[in-house]
Parts: sequence; C-alpha cells; structure tokens
Amino acid sequence: MQGPILILAEHLRGDIASLTFEMLGIGRKLADDMKVPLHSVIFGKDVAPLASQLGVSDSVFVLNHPQLDMPSSEVVAALLKTLFEQKNVSLVLIGGTNVSTGIGPKLSFRLNLPFVNFCRNIRVKDGLVSFTSQLFGGKILSDVRLQENRGVVSVYPGSFPIDAGKSDRKPSIEMLDLPLEETKVIFKKYLEPEAGDIDITKQDVLVSVGRGIANADNIALVNELADALGGALCASRPVIDQGWLPLSRQVGKSGMTVKPKLYLSLGVSGAPEHVEGMKDSGLIVAINTDPNAPIFGISHYGICADLFDIVPTLIEEIKTHKSE
Amino acid sequence: MDIFVFLKMVPDVVEELLIGEDGKSLDTQWLRMKLSDPDEHALEEAVILKEKYGGTVTVVAMEAPEVEEVLFTAIAKGADCAVKLPGDWAGIQAPAIAKLFASYFSLTQHQIGSETLILIGSQAIDDLEGEVAPYLAEILGAHYVGVVTGIRLDEEKKKAIVMKEFAGGLRGEFELPLPAVLGVQAAEKPPRYVPVAKVRSIMKSTRIETVDVSPSEIISGLSVERLFIPEVAGKAKMIEGPPEKVSTQIIEILVECGIIRR
Amino acid sequence: MIIEMDPVTINIFGVSGYILLWIITLIAFGLFGKRIIAFIKLLLRAHPENRFDQLGKRIRYLITFVLGQKRLLHEYVIGIAHFIIFWGFILFAGTFGWNLLKGLFPFLPIPYADEIGIIRIFFLVFSLLVLVSLVFAVIRRAFFPPPHLQQSLDAFIIITLISLVVLSTLFGIGFRAVTVGQMEASLNPADNLLYKIFLGIPIDSAQGWHHMMFWMHLLVVLGFLAYLPYSKHLHLLASPFSVFFANIDRAGSLDVPGSKNETSAGASRWDEFTWRQLFNTFACAECGRCDRVCPALTSGYELSPRMIVHHLKEHLMEAGLRSKDDKTSEGDGLSPLIGKTVSVAELWACTTCYACMERCPVFNEHIPLIVNMRRYLVAQGSVDTTLQDVLTKMSRYWNSLGQSDRVRAKWTQGLDFKIKDARKEQVEYLWFVGDYASYDPRIQNITRTTAKVFQKAGLDFGILFEGERNSGNDVRRIGEEGLFEILKEKNMQALEKAQFKMIVTTDPHTYNTLKNEYGLNGTYQIKHYTEVLDKLIQQGKLRISKRLNQTVTYHDSCYLGRYNGIYDAPRRVLKTVGTKLVEMPRNRSKSYCCGAGGGRIWMSDQPGIKERPSESRIREAVSLRGVQALVVSCPKDIVMFQDALKTTGNEEKLSVKDISDLLCEAIE
Repeated sequence: MQGPILILAEHLRGDIASLTFEMLGIGRKLADDMKVPLHSVIFGKDVAPLASQLGVSDSVFVLNHPQLDMPSSEVVAALLKTLFEQKNVSLVLIGGTNVSTGIGPKLSFRLNLPFVNFCRNIRVKDGLVSFTSQLFGGKILSDVRLQENRGVVSVYPGSFPIDAGKSDRKPSIEMLDLPLEETKVIFKKYLEPEAGDIDITKQDVLVSVGRGIANADNIALVNELADALGGALCASRPVIDQGWLPLSRQVGKSGMTVKPKLYLSLGVSGAPEHVEGMKDSGLIVAINTDPNAPIFGISHYGICADLFDIVPTLIEEIKTHKSE
Repeated sequence: MDIFVFLKMVPDVVEELLIGEDGKSLDTQWLRMKLSDPDEHALEEAVILKEKYGGTVTVVAMEAPEVEEVLFTAIAKGADCAVKLPGDWAGIQAPAIAKLFASYFSLTQHQIGSETLILIGSQAIDDLEGEVAPYLAEILGAHYVGVVTGIRLDEEKKKAIVMKEFAGGLRGEFELPLPAVLGVQAAEKPPRYVPVAKVRSIMKSTRIETVDVSPSEIISGLSVERLFIPEVAGKAKMIEGPPEKVSTQIIEILVECGIIRR
Repeated sequence: MIIEMDPVTINIFGVSGYILLWIITLIAFGLFGKRIIAFIKLLLRAHPENRFDQLGKRIRYLITFVLGQKRLLHEYVIGIAHFIIFWGFILFAGTFGWNLLKGLFPFLPIPYADEIGIIRIFFLVFSLLVLVSLVFAVIRRAFFPPPHLQQSLDAFIIITLISLVVLSTLFGIGFRAVTVGQMEASLNPADNLLYKIFLGIPIDSAQGWHHMMFWMHLLVVLGFLAYLPYSKHLHLLASPFSVFFANIDRAGSLDVPGSKNETSAGASRWDEFTWRQLFNTFACAECGRCDRVCPALTSGYELSPRMIVHHLKEHLMEAGLRSKDDKTSEGDGLSPLIGKTVSVAELWACTTCYACMERCPVFNEHIPLIVNMRRYLVAQGSVDTTLQDVLTKMSRYWNSLGQSDRVRAKWTQGLDFKIKDARKEQVEYLWFVGDYASYDPRIQNITRTTAKVFQKAGLDFGILFEGERNSGNDVRRIGEEGLFEILKEKNMQALEKAQFKMIVTTDPHTYNTLKNEYGLNGTYQIKHYTEVLDKLIQQGKLRISKRLNQTVTYHDSCYLGRYNGIYDAPRRVLKTVGTKLVEMPRNRSKSYCCGAGGGRIWMSDQPGIKERPSESRIREAVSLRGVQALVVSCPKDIVMFQDALKTTGNEEKLSVKDISDLLCEAIE
C-alpha cells in the first residue's frame, strides 16, 4: 500500500455517527501498520464544526455546501473519486449503513477498483491487508484480499471499538473546493418516526422478542415480564413486520440502537442487523431453543430453552422476590 | 411505465451452510437456493405499482436451481413477463451481475427512458462485492436510491418519490426522475401469497422467455482467501436446569448487577 | 236416514264444490310447483357432486334420522315434541292426500280417510298430542327460547297453520260423530267420545259444520303447500332429501366425488357451490343447534354456522332466482356473498371442529361451505399475514414451522435406540409422526416417550425421516387445495417407497386426512397411536408395573372423536394404567374443541373475544373435583392447553399430559 487511507465520515442531523469513530480507530491502526497517512473527509451542509472531532486522522477534508444536505450517492461518489485521485489514496472506508448505501459500489465502479462489503475485521500481516466479511446473515465469514491493497471497503457497524477513534488532538483541516456534480436525486425531507409510543432508547430494561414468540397472542405474556421488570418490550424485525408491535419498538439496523442496563432477549436468533442495535447493552441475557443461535455469541448469559417454559416461572419469581 | 425487476437466488440459510472442499466456497451438495428476501419485496412493490399506475412488470433472473418456480410465481403474483438468463452463474458477484442485467437491455433492444423503472432488492445476504442496484445504475446511467421502503409517482409519472430508511425509524423522502434503479428494502405490504394451484396453472399456460447473455469478463481485484463458520456461543455463560432453577439464577444475576433490588 | 257425507258434491255460492276443488288445487300446486321447479333448476346449475351411491345406507339414514328423528332427540324435550308433531304431520298429510285424491276423482272406489274408523281414532289421539306439543313449542319459543333460535313471524305462522289443520280435523270428526248418530258412534271409541262432547249440536247444522271443516282443512293445507317453499319451512319438504343425500361415511373428507370442476378456486357465488352445498339452505330450519355447540361462537368470535347457511340462502334467493338460465350472472349488480353478507372474519373463525355438523338434525354441511369460501379467499390472496407466513413456509419446507426437512427426525437423537428407516427396511408399522411432534421442542419429549413405549412393547416400527411431509389436513381446511394436493402427492411418493403393513399417526388431524382423504384405506390400515397402545396392552405386550393413583379427565380431540369415532381406545388405556377417569360435562361427541383446528392454531385471535376455546376447556377440567391432569392424545392439544393453563393461571391446579406420558410412567 503506497497511498493514504481515506475515511468517509458519516453523520446524521448534526451528529457524527459512532461508526465513524469505529472506522477512525481501525483506520488509524491500519495506517500505522502500513506506515501511510490517515485522511478523513466530511461532506455536508454546516459540517465544518464537526471536523474537529475527527482528530484521530492526520488530516481532515471538509466540503461545506448547502446542496450537500443529505447528498445523493452519486454526488458523494463523484467527490470521493476526485479526492481519491488528487490525494493518491489507496483504500477508502465507508460506513455500511443505510445512510451511505450505494456510495461504495458507485465509487468502486468509477475507480474500477474492488469493493468489500460487510467488513467486520481488518488485519495486516506481512504488508498484506486481509479483510473479514460476514456473509449469509453472519452464518459464514470470509477472508478476502485486495490487489495492491487498493479498493473501497464498507465497514459493518459495531465491528470495532469506538474509543480508539476518538482523540482531543487537533487535526489539520483542509477546506475543499470541489465542483459538485449535477444531480437530479433530490432530498426532500425527513419523515420522523411515529411518536406517541414508548421511547425504547431511554429504557433501562428492555425485554426483546423475536421469531420465537410464534404468534401475536404471546405478546401479552412477555409484556407481563417486561412490566414485572419495570421495563419495556422491543423486538427484532420479523415481529415488527408481522405487525405484532409498532415500528417504534424495532431494535437493529433499520430500527433503534439501544443501550439499556438489561437486555433480555427471548427467542431472538441474533441476526447481525438486530445485534447491531443492541450489542452495547449493559447486561445481555438470551433465551433461545437453538444452542447455535448467534445471539449467544454476544450475550453475557445464555439459556438454551423454550422461552415459554422459562418466562412464566421467571415472572412468578420476580413477583415473589419483589414482595419479599 | 415499464417496470423491470431483477431477481437473484441466494442460498437458503434455513438449511445448514457448509464450506466446500476448496475452503473458499459453499458446499453445493447441501445448498438449497431461494429468492433473496429483498428481491421478493422488490417484486411485490413492482406489482403494487402496476396495480396503482398501470404499465407492465418484467422479471428477469439468472438461471439457478428452483429459479423457474420463482419466475412462474412472479407471474402468478402479477408480473407480465418472465425472463431467464441461461448459464452457470454460481458465485457471480454484483459488478458482473450488473453487467449481465445491463446486457439484457441491449440484447432485447429495450430503450431505457423516462418510462423505465428498475427495482432490485436492496442488498442480498451474499453481496460480498456490494449490491447490484448501484452498479446497474452506473452502467445504465440511471438515477439511484437504495434502502427504499415506499415508492410513488408524480402526476406525469416521470418522477419517483421514494422513501428511504435511515435508522431508528427515521426515514427520508427523495425525488428522482425516471429512468431510475431503486434498491428496495421492503414493499408497502408483505409479499403476497399465491396459491399453489394458480402457480401450477401458470406453469401450464405460460412460457418463460430466455435471453442468451454472454458471461462478462470482469476480473475482480478481490480474492477470497477462505470461508469459515464463525465460532458462536463462545461468550455467553450458559445457565442450565429446570425453569425454577434457571429463573432463580437469572434473578440472582439481576440483583448482582443492581437491576432489581436485593 | 241417508246423509250426504261427501263434502265435494255440495254447491258453494252456486258453484259446484267439485269444480271449486279443482281450481283451488291447481292454483296451490301451480304456485308450489313453480317454486320447486325453479329450485331444482338452480341445483342443476350448481357444481355436480355424486350423492347417489350407497342407496341402502341412505335408506337406513332416512329411517333412523327422518322417521326415527334421532338427532332431534339430542335436545330431548323439544325433540319429543318435534317427534310427535312430525308423526302427526305424516298422518295428516297422508290422509289429506288421500282425501284430495278422492275429492278430485270421485269415481275412485275408495272412501274418504275419515270414513275409516281406525283412522278417526288416530286422528283423535294425534290431534290431542300434536296440540299439546304445539302449545309446548309456543311456550318455549315465546318464553324460554334457547340461545341462537331464530325468532321469526314465519315460525308463528306455521304453528298457527298446523293448529288449524289439526283443529279442523278434530272438529271435522266431531261433527261427523254427531251426524252419524249415537248408534253408529258407539261402535268406535273415538266417535263415542266425540259424540258425547259434540252432543247438542243439531244434526242439520253439524252436517254443514262437517263440510265446513273439510273445506277449511283443505284450504289451510293447500295454502300451506303454496306458502311452504316461500318460507323457512321449506325445511319440511327438503330435510328428508337432505338426510338422504348426507355425506355418508365420509365425514372426515372434503373430497367432492363426481365433481369435474377444479375446486381450488373456491366459491363466492351461488353457482360455484355444489348442489348439495346449496341444498343446505333449503333444509335448514334455523333451529340453532349448530350455533349452540359452536366453540367459535361460544367464545365470542364472529361466526355463526346457522347464519352462514342463512346468508347463502339469501344470496341464492336474490342472485340465483334472478339470474337467467343462459348466463351466469356476471356483473349483474348483485351484492357479493363474501365480504358483505358473509364476513371474512367469520370464515376464518371456524375451527372445523365438526360439532355443528354432528348436531345438525338435517345433516347440513357447514364446514364444506366455509372451506369452499376460504378457498376463494386464498385464491384472491386475501389471507391473514400470519397464515400467509405459514403457507409460505409450508410450500417451501413442507412443514408449518419453516424448518429444514433434514432436521425432521432430529428428535430421535435423544433416544438410546435407533428407529428404523421405513424407506430402507421393512416394518410392520409406519409411524407418520407429524410436524408438531417432530419439530416443536414442546412436543419432542412426548414423541420420544411414545417411541420408547413402542420400543418396549416390541413394536416393529419405522419412520420416513425427511421423506415425511406435513399431511395437509389443516392446509386443506384453510382452503389451500393446491398445496394440499402437492403435500399428498409427496407423501404418497414417500409411502410408495416404504415397506409396511399399517400406518400409525401421532396427530389426529394427520390421522383424519390419511384415513379419509388419501385413498389409502383400502390398502393399509390407518391407526391412531392410542389405538395401537390399546391393542398392545390387550395383547399383553405392555405390562403395567405400576398403577397410577391419579384422577384425570380426558379431552376428546375433534378429529379423533367426532370425525372418526375413536372414543374408547384412549379411555381403555387410561383405565389400564389405573387412573380414575372423571368425565367432563362435554365429553365424547359433545367434546369442546381446543380451538386449534382448521388452521386456527396459526391465526391470531379476533379482538374482543370472551375467552379462547382452550381456556373454556381448561376451566371445565379444573372445575372437576380431584382431577389432577387433563389427558390428551393430540400434539396440538398439548400446545393449546399448556398455553391456556398459563393464561388462565391454573398451572398449580392442573397439568396437561399426553396419554403416552401416563402409559410410560406405568410401565417403567
């Protein structure tokens, strides 16, 4: 690897996404191992104040423009291509999130360089960079390499520690003046999540249900458990898709990211999209009938049993415990 | 409006996935293919759009085991025409797939214009080299939005107004002119069920078209070193025993962590 | 003195009675015939269905259920009243026909019916009995109506008409007794009695009165005849046919023999039903017996089997009678049957428990009607999302749980012996395990227990491993006929490859469809595992080493009991293991459905129901003194009742056990 590493800083509504810090952390390590500079770039409207948070990188490029409020993927891809060529970049890291969807493939196409999706780990050995991608919803991992270590990488959220990407250091900030590509994909407005229900991101205790709940009638039972624990009910996507709980209760990639003190997971297999939204919870206890369920890989405690066997007893015990 | 839906078969993860002898691909002996979930939503959305705005729906899929049934089912759901691209496409990745799909348009002399709307599932579980939709948009010079969960058209049917999911229930509304390639995450409604008898009668009465595309010569700069099954259940401390014992232990842990009072 | 007894020979308002009789008769029969012919034409335009086989059995049905009124006696008080009215009606209708014949054709060498002494005695006896019954019926209807009895003006009109028929006969023979004089009257006890009662009426006027009664009787009956087919009391005429054309011996089958049509599209219009399904509407007397036993209705679901039939009748009368023969009334502006008169929710509420059909005195067939309409909904893609999910799983993985078929036999891993693969080696019993017993972690233990018991008894058995598929019983009742056909094909292929003598099933639903819908019954015997266990005990192959001192009650699964008549085998097993069996009030054919059948196990509850059927059943079991366990013989019952135990908070008081569990305890 000759050229620097470039990180596309992701932000939403004035906040740097935590994934950006994950990328900065691993990017820093990678750059140090390979002895190349680490750059980051932030595009947007009124983003200049955010640049100072990206101190882990050697230099930060900022392009502030009113037209860059939620820019389309083609606009960002075009800007990145210019920057890539100007700065002689080797590797670009982009967030594997809904916000950044499409940027990576478009950039890879325009640069005629490979794209690595679902990246969960990056290692350097003998000057070669190896990427680990997760496939099939996390059931299989794949180690891949890039020719000349050049390419575009989409980093899966929750793969790297955040702390390594934070620093008080003042980076060198370079304001860019690049021409914007004409686009006809126009961002109109945000559609706010339906309000009125409980905000699950503010709960200390969450009881989460997945496919294992089997049908809507069983919601009452788990709700009773959530009540007994003084918490709220949330769910993985299948449960929400069935309409058994409102959208506001969804945890995961398309839903909320939650960090309760206790996350009690019932019949959730632990697909990566779900894990992404809850892995930072204080204490994770999982009940699932499948001993190989990925949820056990990220839980602190696991019970391999049918939730319907455990939950009623648990409710009783909690009630007894409280009354004592 | 000409709606095209490109479908892709992926390994069914309900079946156990095993690594093949080369260590770099899946063991095909136990593999069962199914339509990629987001593609099923893309198809559903296409049929919903057809019902709302008229036009035709064409579904195109690469040859794969069980793909014909998927194509017939698509017709039963409301697609007008189903096309199969014959060939052995095992292990093919998005940049090459996009090229194949693009060549479908040139081979059939379909003009891509302000009547063309292309829907593809936003991301498949085996999209190691990225999703197909943005690549196809690049090749065709069409506009693109991904992670779409709702589509409507303006009055002239020249522009699509789409909803894209961000996170935490937050979504954004985008407007883009046709032709467009949209990566569909979820249709407005769950994909419809079509009765078996209907699919069977379609099988008797309808033909699947084939279009011979030549394999594209893309040399990827990406090389797969190995595939492996991640170690799970490594982290959680497992609690065993009858429900009463398990419950008592859970409560002890909760008390210890200060979640419920002693 | 010679008295002119023939009422037809007199002149009425200057018109010859004879001519008048002909006119009235022609009008009445004309009106009657017009309607009946219209009905027959409707039936001919409906889908065909062969109900003309097994004539001997059909005649026996007529004797038992029409002449014997067997099913009416389920509710015995009104049953007896109905029995009397029915036989009175036969008597009066028969003699009326006789009299009319004599009146119309006076040259016939026969007397009028009431000129025969013995018949007058019958008249007197039945008149009084019928009158008492009618009074009773009126009081019941007016003051103590049972739930779901349709209250209509029709009913009171008919009761009035019957009363008039009876009274005119009674008075007719009364006046006659006076007319003939004491001498002759004393020869017949009925005349004698009536003579004394009617004494005092001058002979001249008595004769006039007698004629008047004849004409009144005639007018009422002919009026009745013309009015019948326009009212719900068409039932009077239709029900014998309805019983005759009953679904004999095929209660558990939804097959339509003789049908040439593709049935998977279902029915949403009258002419898409079979003629026998339409005939339900003619035979129904709206007595409400079906509603009173319906678990869905009792639990507060939106469903009334009676109203399903009634709504189809309304639709038939509106759409059928209006449409022209030459065109099916496409786009004729008729209100649709499904979604308007019959709601979608009520079609999905049915558990197909068969209680309604088992009770119906006229052998109406509610479930085929409902399933036929469900088929239409499935064909339209109008399916509840949870159900859609199950159907999708079923059509891909061939089981309702959406698991890989390769792990179907994973439950066997917990056993310390190997189960034979019936596809590879010959076995005596092929065990068709079923989805829930194979895959559901809540049931797998019981399945292993059953296997252990089989093994211990030295039963030569094997399974199909991943070759087994869902049997399709519930899929068919959901209305996904095409999927049922595929499942059946797949299972038949697997069965053809296996070598065995008999099939034993775990799930009564599987049992039902294999036995009644797979066409296997001629080739193999199909047994439920309770029957096999019972047989093994009787053959002395299972020795009871420990008598269980438990008091239990037993739940008859719908598909084992009502559908297939297996009530005694499980009870014998329970007796052998030493349990004391206390019956629930609703036992055997009166058993109350758990609510899982017909695909209901996969559907969500309707909002606002009172209680789930399973909860009602648990409460029934709990109310029995000393009962520790509710014993079942169906995997779905385990799932349903264990849930209901929790939701009703009765886990302390009662446990739900499979019959295999008890047997295993007793032989260990």
